[in-house]
Order: sequence, then C-alpha cells, then structure tokens
Amino acid sequence: MRLNKIQFGSYIIVAVFLFFCFKLWQLQVIDGDKYRALSENNRLRIVKTPAPRGIIFDRNGTALVKDIPFFSVSISQESLKRLDTYALAKFLGIPENEIAEKLNRKDNSPFIPIKLKEGLSFQEIAHVEAGKSDFPGLFVETDVGREYLLGKIGAHVIGYLGKMMPAQFENPAFRNFPPDAMIGQWGVEEVFDEQLRGKPGEQIIEVDALGRELRLIQQRPPVRGKDITLSIDIDIQKAVEDEFKDKAGALVAIKPDTGEILALASLPSFDPNVFARGIQYRDWVSLLDDNKKPMLNRALQSQYPPGSTFKIITGTAALEEGVIDLDKKINCSGGIGYGKWTFHCWKKGGHGPIAFHRAIVESCDVYFYELGRKLGIDKINKYATVFGLGKETGLNLMIKERKGLIPSTEWKRHEKKQPWYLGETYNAAIGQGYVLVTPVQMARMMATLSNGGTIYPLSLVKGGSKPAGRVDIKPETIQTMKEALAGVVNEPGGTAHAAQSQAVVIGGKTGTAQVIGKQHGVSGEKYMDHAWFVAFAPVDKPAIALSVFVEHGGHGGSAAAPIAKRAIEAYLIKKQPGKAGSQNAHSNAPGISASQPDEKTPGVEE
Amino acid sequence: MIIKIDRRLGKNFDWITFGLIICLSLIGVITIYSATRPPAGINAQPDFYSKQIIWLVISIAALFVVVFFDYKWLFRYAYQLYAIGLFLLIVVLLAGKSGMGAKRWLSLGVFSFQPSEFFRILFVIGFSAFLSGGCHDFREKMSARSVVLFALLPLALLVKQPDLGTAILMVALFIVLSVSRGVSKKIISVALIIGLVSVPFLGHIVWEGLKDYQKNRLVAFMDPDVDPSGIGYHINQSKISIGSGGIFGKGYLKGTQGPLRFLPEKHTDFIFAVYAEETGFAGSFFLLCIYLCLFLRGLDTAYLAKDEFGRLTAVGITAMFFVYFCVNIGMTLSLMPVVGIPLPFVSYGGTALLSNFIAAGILINIRTRRFELFYPS
Repeated sequence: MRLNKIQFGSYIIVAVFLFFCFKLWQLQVIDGDKYRALSENNRLRIVKTPAPRGIIFDRNGTALVKDIPFFSVSISQESLKRLDTYALAKFLGIPENEIAEKLNRKDNSPFIPIKLKEGLSFQEIAHVEAGKSDFPGLFVETDVGREYLLGKIGAHVIGYLGKMMPAQFENPAFRNFPPDAMIGQWGVEEVFDEQLRGKPGEQIIEVDALGRELRLIQQRPPVRGKDITLSIDIDIQKAVEDEFKDKAGALVAIKPDTGEILALASLPSFDPNVFARGIQYRDWVSLLDDNKKPMLNRALQSQYPPGSTFKIITGTAALEEGVIDLDKKINCSGGIGYGKWTFHCWKKGGHGPIAFHRAIVESCDVYFYELGRKLGIDKINKYATVFGLGKETGLNLMIKERKGLIPSTEWKRHEKKQPWYLGETYNAAIGQGYVLVTPVQMARMMATLSNGGTIYPLSLVKGGSKPAGRVDIKPETIQTMKEALAGVVNEPGGTAHAAQSQAVVIGGKTGTAQVIGKQHGVSGEKYMDHAWFVAFAPVDKPAIALSVFVEHGGHGGSAAAPIAKRAIEAYLIKKQPGKAGSQNAHSNAPGISASQPDEKTPGVEE
Repeated sequence: MIIKIDRRLGKNFDWITFGLIICLSLIGVITIYSATRPPAGINAQPDFYSKQIIWLVISIAALFVVVFFDYKWLFRYAYQLYAIGLFLLIVVLLAGKSGMGAKRWLSLGVFSFQPSEFFRILFVIGFSAFLSGGCHDFREKMSARSVVLFALLPLALLVKQPDLGTAILMVALFIVLSVSRGVSKKIISVALIIGLVSVPFLGHIVWEGLKDYQKNRLVAFMDPDVDPSGIGYHINQSKISIGSGGIFGKGYLKGTQGPLRFLPEKHTDFIFAVYAEETGFAGSFFLLCIYLCLFLRGLDTAYLAKDEFGRLTAVGITAMFFVYFCVNIGMTLSLMPVVGIPLPFVSYGGTALLSNFIAAGILINIRTRRFELFYPS
C-alpha cells in the first residue's frame, strides 16, 4: 500500500519529466531556427545614418545651400508602456492629443522610433537633453537638413528639401525610404534628387529591451551625395529679384550659345527654409492659398499674350516670306479699319509713313497689321512654331509646363468650329487675341534668334548641351532683325529706351499685353496691362538672351526693360576683369562693341 | 543532548541528495553570473553571483546543522514551529516591505527575507506531525479545525500578501500529504465535488481579488500573442530565449536575451530560460535529469523512513521541490501562467536557497537516521 502510493508518485514525476523533455525538444530542436531568428531581431537594430546631401553651386562656384543638422526628438517604442504622455506633452510643449495621435498611428513600425517633434532649435535640444532621463527612450535624432543660404532668391530653381508627401509613398523610386524621409520636393532639389541624395549608411547596433543603444557592431559609412554646379548665375538672380521689388512676374535668362539657363526667377517667391525646417500644415496652406500664388512658377506655368514682343515673329516671317520690302513704307494714320471696327495703333495720331526698321523701333501696330494681312495667320503660325512657341520648351523642373497657344485656321476650325477672320490675324500679328506664350518660351525664342538660329535644349546644369537643330531662317533676316532690336533700345524714339546701358549694347523688344476685360476708364492694378521685354546683349556677340514679364506692370518699356538691363549688367560687367563695377566701364561706353573686335567679349569667355 | 553525533551519521549520510543539490546550486551560480553580466560597454558589475555564493556557503552550513539535529525534535516542537510560521506571515502583512506590487519581505536590519520561504517548511513539518500524530481516526482528523488551521488560514495570509506561488504550493502540499496519509476516497470525493461546484463562484471572488498584474498574467497565459510587448512579453521572450538555444546552445556567456534585458527576472524566475539559451537542449536535458534523480531519491527516502512523520515530511519536501520545479519550468515554457516561483536551488535568492537547503537537510536527516529507533520521550 505504502509502496504503491510512492510508486504512483514516481510515475507522476517521470511523466512530467518526459513531458518537459518533449516540450523542450519541440522548442529547441524542431523550432530552434525560428526562435534563433527571433532572438537576433531582438538584439540588433539597423539604424540608417543619413548621407550628407550634395551641395548646389551656381556657375561661379558660389554655394547656394548648406547641409545643416536637422534635429528632431523621438521616442523608441519599447518604452511606450511606462510613458506618462501628459508629462511628456508638457515637457515638449506640444498638445497631449498630438502626441497620442503620433504614438497610436496604425502604420508605426515597431522597430522605428516615433518622431514627436521636428526641427528643434538648439535651445530646445538643450531642454530635451537635460530632462530626457525622466522619459526613458526619449532621444534627439539628427538628420540631414538644408539651409538655403539665399532665402527666397532663386527658390523656384533651387527648390527645397521636404518631407515625403503621402502621394509619394506609392512611388517605386521611394519604396525603400522611411515614411519621414526628406526628399527634394521642388526645383533642382527635386530634379537631381537622386544624384544629390547620396547613399545612407547603416549602423548595426546592439540594443536592450528598452531600445537603449549598447554597442556598435558594424557600420557602413554613408556616401555623400554628388555636388551639382548649376548654369545659374546667382548674381543675376539676386539683381533681378531685387529689381522686381514687390511686383509679380518672371524672368528667364539664357546663354544663347549653349542653352544654359543663367537666371530663372518667378515672383513672388517663397522661403525654402520654411520647408527644410519641416513646414507646419498651416504655413503650407497659407502658401497655397496666397492669392499672389508664390508656389506658381510663372516662368513655365503662366501664359500670357506676348503683345508687341511677338512682332519679332511677325517681322521675321514677313522678311522670310518676302511679303514686304525693307524700304517699303506703310502709312500709319493711327488705325486701320476692318468692317465696322477700327484697329488702333498704340500711338494716337499714328506714325505716318514708316518702314520696317523704324516700325520695330517704334513698335508701330498698323505696320504689323498690314504685315499680318499679307502673311495670313498660318504663315505667322509657321514661324512662331519654328521658334518654339506654342509648345513646351522641355526645361525640366518636374512641374507641369504650360504650352502657350499659337492659333491657326486649322486650330480655329478644330477648337472653335469657326472660320478664321482677318481681324483675328490683325490681333495675332501684334501678339494679342488668341496668342499665348510663357516667359521661358520667349527667352528661348530670343536666344535662338540672337545666336543666329541654332536651337539648344535648355539646361540648368553648367555646360549646356549639344544643339538640337537649326531654324531655317536666312542669316540676313536675322541680321536685319537684330539691328532693328538694337534700335529699339538705343535709337531715339525706341520704345525700350529705359533699357539702354552705358556699358553694353542691348537689343530687345517691348511688349504690353492687354488684360482681358479691361475697360476704358477703369483703373486699379488688377486692370493694368502686363509688361513684356525680350532682350539680348551684347548685340554683336550675344552672351545673354532673356525675357522679362511683369504682371500688371503697365508698359513694357517702363516696367520690364529696366529689369532686363539690370540683369544684363549684372552678368556682363562682372565678366570684364578690371572693368567690373568701375566708373571706367561706364565712361567707356559702349565698351563692348564691334569697334573693339580684339577685346575679349563675354560671349566667347569660358 | 539534542545533538547526537553518531558514527553512523557519517556513514549513512545521504551524499547523493547532497551531491545533486550542490550540482544544481553550482549551475545556479554560473547561470546567475551569465544572466546578470552587464551588456558590453557597461562597466557596472552586479554582484548577484557573489552574493549567491555567500548564501550558498551559509546554506551548506545550515544543512549540516539541520542534519545534526535528530528530526524527532522537529516532531516534538512541530506545532510551536508552525505557530511561529503563521506569526511571521501576520507580521509581514503588518510590517512588511513592498516590492513588485507585493508585500513579501521582512527587513531584519542588514538583510531582508521572505517569511513565506520558511513558512512552507514549517507547514510541511506541522501538517505531517498533525497527520501522523497519535490519533488514527482520520475522519476526526480531517475535521473543520484542521482545514481552517492548515488550509484556509495560511492561504488567506498568503493571498493577502499576495504570494500566489506559495499559496498554490500550500494547496498542492495539503492535497499530497492528505492523500499520502490515506484519507478515505469518500472524503476526497466530497471535497472535489464541493470544490468543482464552487469554482465559478470562487473563481469570481478570486478574480476580483487578484491584483492587476496577476490578472494580466492570466490573460497573457491564455494568449501570449495578444500584445507581444505588453502582458505576454514575459512568456514570448522566455520562449524565444529557450528556443533560440537550439540543440547545443549559444554557449556559456553567449546568450543575448538575458544580458540585454529582453528577459525579465532573468536571474530569478526565468533563470531556466537563460540556462536553456546558452546550453541548448543538451544542457536542459541534463538539468532535468538531475531534478528527476533528486525527486526519485526523495520518494525513496520517504519509502525508507522509519516512521510516519519522517515519511510524510519526506513526501512533503519532495512534493514541494517538485511543485516548484513544475510550475517554474511550466511557466518558462509557457505551459502555465506566470507566478513568481523560483527554480529550486538554481534561481537567485538567498532566503529561498537557505530554506531549500534546510528542507534538503531534513530530507537527508530522515534518510540518515532511518535505522535509529525512535523513542518518544
């Protein structure tokens, strides 16, 4: 009896022993590999070390951006259990519900610390470092941030570095990026993001259960991103954006013999540093809602009637098609009748008898009505298209570029289901009516004309690219046109007298685009005409071609031409070693001219 | 003379049991060293293992002292000892120190100890003496008085602390000893039926009475994957530790779960997980074999005991080691809810080690004196 009970006890003991052995066999031998993998994951954490981003330089080697540390305060998820969110909210100075929202987000990955506050100032870092021992798992994280050294200057070209947008999560190019990655979001930062970005390094760190880092096991250093030297000359950019003052508008300057963009301004602009610091939602909304539209790149995304600058096209077409003799004078009586309407010349009372050269210099509308009538809209369309109007220039800023519009009889029939009327040709011949262009198109048209007809693809990187083709225009035509454009600036009675420079011979054409809906007798800025000016310089050996557009600026000669002059001088005077900025350069005017063929001109420099 | 030094004492001394528990204790010290070693790069050197060595020396000394006393003196003063045990439990409730949400420790100036560690031995002695005492009418013995004195009163005191582990042990020992003594099937059946009927009712009371962490542990046991970093954390991490050991383990001092603090209570309740991670299935199997030998040796001692008190005490002590072993290993293998029960002889803890050595000493005592005649004075 006694033995039986003890035997029974020993059976129980042996049974339990065997059962435990079986369970251990299962756990350690059969599932051993699975658990080993789990324990490795427990122990090691892979931390990405941000790669310094490539620096963006202007064409003269001036750094436009700087890498700065971007601090944020994060908390590791292992320590959330014991977290007093109320105290933490008070400590960080953010609302408790904001913290709770961040901590409870569904897509939080369990191994990635949660960012609670970004863009900390040094003062805030000191505050966090001093008090973080009260909150286990709280730490300051360092990322690569950007400082835009020139603020708003060139913001539309340089762009900004910003947080990935929800729409970009789906983009396969960013598949391996953490959800809070900073990527180039605008301008060059976006276009060349891949090149600038570099390759983040990796640190394998041993951590404990509270996520505290104990030891660095292995590391791969980050690879710094490649620098980029832009074709932009930041001095032009500065001068232009200063000269625009508080007006809205755009300027595009191109190096005619390479297609390099020397300056690209769109105003009003924005401060990219706001984005780089981690923009607040309300700031972003206010930027988007601003009725001055600072986020609109007016150089590529706005289209307007070109006004009288379009007379370059009409004139070139007329010369090429031989519809007018250079010396043939047309009488401008101040207007031309068409049915019950009268098409006026801008000059009340008219210019009297006027030939080609002076018609451009004085911008006689009646003369060009006549040319238009002789050409017909389809011939005008042909030459406008040859110069790249009415289609995208292809300048890649990763934004939707507007195409503009060059009408034709075909277009009218197709789009409006109506025949083309002569009155519409009159309007088109002077750049009004249906005709729409963007500032970048006009700049390229000017560049192509000034270099003698070679078309270059536009480029934001120094060095430019190979020619894409030639316009089929006789050299004499181009020469005649350039002389006329020089007259516009430099001859008495020229409409762009305000652009005349003591230092360099500039050629150009003014334009004033009527605002649709404008009525006589109504004033106010909203109804002021848009001002245009397209130019190139020096006339004999063009080194810069540009277009200026001033929204509601009024007359092209007074509002846009001075900006062009400032841009050209900013670029060319600097190029004259020993003469730069000196009084001598001014007294020597016109310093850069055909009379000094042996002098090293800016056009052939570099 | 209380101490009777006999030549046969040396000759009959149970070296096997002694060897087994020394073996377990050394495994314990070695594993504690590994479990509490600081992670690389941190200089602070915790002294858990050296403290454990000191306690081991004290415990061995205590074991020999216990062996020198003839265990008949335990029988003689059994009730007084049991009364002291109950008194200590009351004192700890009134003046105890809190730790981990429970009041279990009594501070005695320099060191603090857990009275419940000693109470379990005193309980075995007291209840064995009670069951083996002069009267052989078990129906009378199993009266309401005995139930109150040896079940409800200590249980109430332990749950109040709360010390769930020792309370479970008490219930198990109560049943094992009653069965060993031969309480009739009728009484056991009636007790079982009453018990089953009252489970839902009692269950509710017990659930309401549980502290939050105890409830969480039960919930986590039912489904460890509910929240891998929350309540189920202990269990999952323990399984990961043990499983990652594989067949031959990661090697001594190569385990990662413990030093990196993934494993909670790694040197006390979860020391087996640390050991199993470093030694693998081979080491775990070896450890289980040592325990198997210890338990079977204990039952053998009970079989050989010269009197009823010795027999019941040997069964009680063996059952005590066995229950602790089952609950602890079951817990680390997530076969049982997490209750704070250490692995006998291996887990860190001075009081537990001392009381286990004293218990083993009584076991050795019983075996050593199995040939002596027992003269009640």
